[in-house]
Amino acid sequence: MRLATLLITVMVALATLPAQGKDTVRIAFIGPLTGGVSANGLGGRNSADLAVRLRNADAKAPYTYELVVLDDECKPNVGVQVATKAAADNGIVAGVTHYCSTVAMAAVDVYRKFGLPVIVWGAVLPDITYANDYKEVHRVNGTMINQNEAAARFMTGLRFKRWAVIHDTTDYGKGHNKYFSEDLARSGGQILGTFGVTADQQDFSAELTKIKELKPEVIYFAGLTPVGVRIRSQMDKLGVKAVFQGTSGIVSDAFIEGLGPLAEGVVAFREGAPAEKLPGGRVFLDAYTKQKYPDDPEAYGPFAFAAATLIMDAIDKVGPDRRKVRAELNRTKDYDSVVGKITFDDHRQNAVPLITRFVVQDGKWVVWEDSEYASGKRALVKK
Amino acid sequence: MDPGLLAQHVFNGLMLGVIYALVAVGFTLFFGVLDVIKFSHGDVVMLGAFTALAVSVGLTGGGVTSSPLVLAAMLVAAIASMALVGALLARLLVLPLRRAPAINVLLITLMAGTVIREGVRLFYPQGSNPKPFPRLLPGGSSELGAFTLRHDSAILFAVGVLAIVGVHLVLTRTRLGLAIRAVAQDPETASAMGIPFTATVLATFAIGSALAALAGVVNGLYYSEISFNLGLLLGAIGFSAAVIGGLGNVYGAILGGFLFAALQTIGAVALPFASAYKDVFAFAVVIVVMAIRPAGLLAERSAERV
Repeated sequence: MRLATLLITVMVALATLPAQGKDTVRIAFIGPLTGGVSANGLGGRNSADLAVRLRNADAKAPYTYELVVLDDECKPNVGVQVATKAAADNGIVAGVTHYCSTVAMAAVDVYRKFGLPVIVWGAVLPDITYANDYKEVHRVNGTMINQNEAAARFMTGLRFKRWAVIHDTTDYGKGHNKYFSEDLARSGGQILGTFGVTADQQDFSAELTKIKELKPEVIYFAGLTPVGVRIRSQMDKLGVKAVFQGTSGIVSDAFIEGLGPLAEGVVAFREGAPAEKLPGGRVFLDAYTKQKYPDDPEAYGPFAFAAATLIMDAIDKVGPDRRKVRAELNRTKDYDSVVGKITFDDHRQNAVPLITRFVVQDGKWVVWEDSEYASGKRALVKK
Repeated sequence: MDPGLLAQHVFNGLMLGVIYALVAVGFTLFFGVLDVIKFSHGDVVMLGAFTALAVSVGLTGGGVTSSPLVLAAMLVAAIASMALVGALLARLLVLPLRRAPAINVLLITLMAGTVIREGVRLFYPQGSNPKPFPRLLPGGSSELGAFTLRHDSAILFAVGVLAIVGVHLVLTRTRLGLAIRAVAQDPETASAMGIPFTATVLATFAIGSALAALAGVVNGLYYSEISFNLGLLLGAIGFSAAVIGGLGNVYGAILGGFLFAALQTIGAVALPFASAYKDVFAFAVVIVVMAIRPAGLLAERSAERV
């Protein structure tokens, strides 16, 4: 018995010893940690942090990693500041960066200028990877092109015909509006009216009253959680009876928390599968729960986790050198991750063929196929 | 247009107008007694809303379930504490700078507003996120054709109108109102007649800020959601409303508030292009009005300020 104790002590000592001899490598995480969409940013931060902790706990890893966390507040000006801060710091080898499309769009030039390889973990505007040819910029999550194509096909498949569109006037909202409108026209749906709103607008009663007059079956909203909450809540106040369809920007627990029972029956679309249905999702969620983070990983947590892991694998292989890491990341093909296989195309965009459809049921985002709406027990349109 | 929908647009505009008017009256009261522009006013609105929210969270967490009781406590706490904050701001920041150029007061209150706003953002738990505001008023609604009248919105509208009428009565029917009007007209003569200058000014700032607190709570109850930066735009709109009405004139501020709301509604409804430009439209009209009538629509008739 005493021998066993001794053995274990020695083993533990041996396991922890090599860690002290390793070099420390720093990688950056950038996302919105404060502001209206901070829930997503914090979930991403925790997920990237989890990847780093797991790696540091692995005795075989050649380096010890340190995550430098920066807050872009989902504001382009702040995003450029923190991106410059990270990129100008030669001790930082690579970054897991950005949830907000407008911020990512503003920051990619900075990464190019300073040669910092980054992997975008949540922003969905196609232009982030496709409007440039920056070898530094990669993306593990899909773009809004795939998302809107699937959304238009699915909703017209449910025999909806008439839409009203509300989009915020940022790159994110305008991009969604553009792709959804095009796809909807192809799928045979009709758009009765399109309304641009500012991203910090409070009152939507005028727009919604106009929409009430148009009598759409569905209101398509392209924007983020805070404005989504306001519009859905004011729809109810004005008696606008239409299905509320959102984009990946509202797939967050904060959306449901802000609305309570009014969130019921809201549909939205997102690339990739929900965490528990991903290839490595169970393992990820179990590890996440074990760390007792105060916030949920949210929708894009697994992508942040995959991005951080991918970066650390590249550094483990070629060493903490920005140019070598960039070249290694560029080559990524059929890489196994929690979000499935990652392959970067010629614009370093991961091809994510899978789009998941969500509906809010009893205060939770439920995958459409598993919901009572799909089985016919509940209906989106109340008779 | 369908008459029901027209009624809906009109009511939406009126509801916005009441909130704007409540804020604008504060601006115009402060300008009336001291000839100052207090730019922290919008943030006092926000602080009032957050005070009410904190009280409701505290009471609900403490097991109080009666909505009227919680609501009453929220109103009392928000109004009383904002009246105090307003008087304190006047005593500590505005009055000491009375003989300084007006721009100094403008700057110091602008900074005070930033301190309040960032203070809430940093010290209220998760203050950066939009906060759901409790729904404490009866939730039903009446449908008249295409017009949906929510009972809670109707109550809020009535409360706002009553508050404005109340201020009117205070100004015209009470000794305090007489003192405020006297100080507004001529501080020196008023003092010579035995009206306590400092006390009157502090009372005016307390009344204006209490209205701001009410505006904050009405805003929260109407939208069921508040955020730390709601005072920014509301302050700018309230100030514009006070200016187009004619700074210093309470009725002008009320008129300005409703006018601005009407402009925004028209901007969103009647303009052929996207509603994203409704604020651009409303503020552009304000600029035009200012160019035609620099002293505002209901300018003070006396010319003693010239």
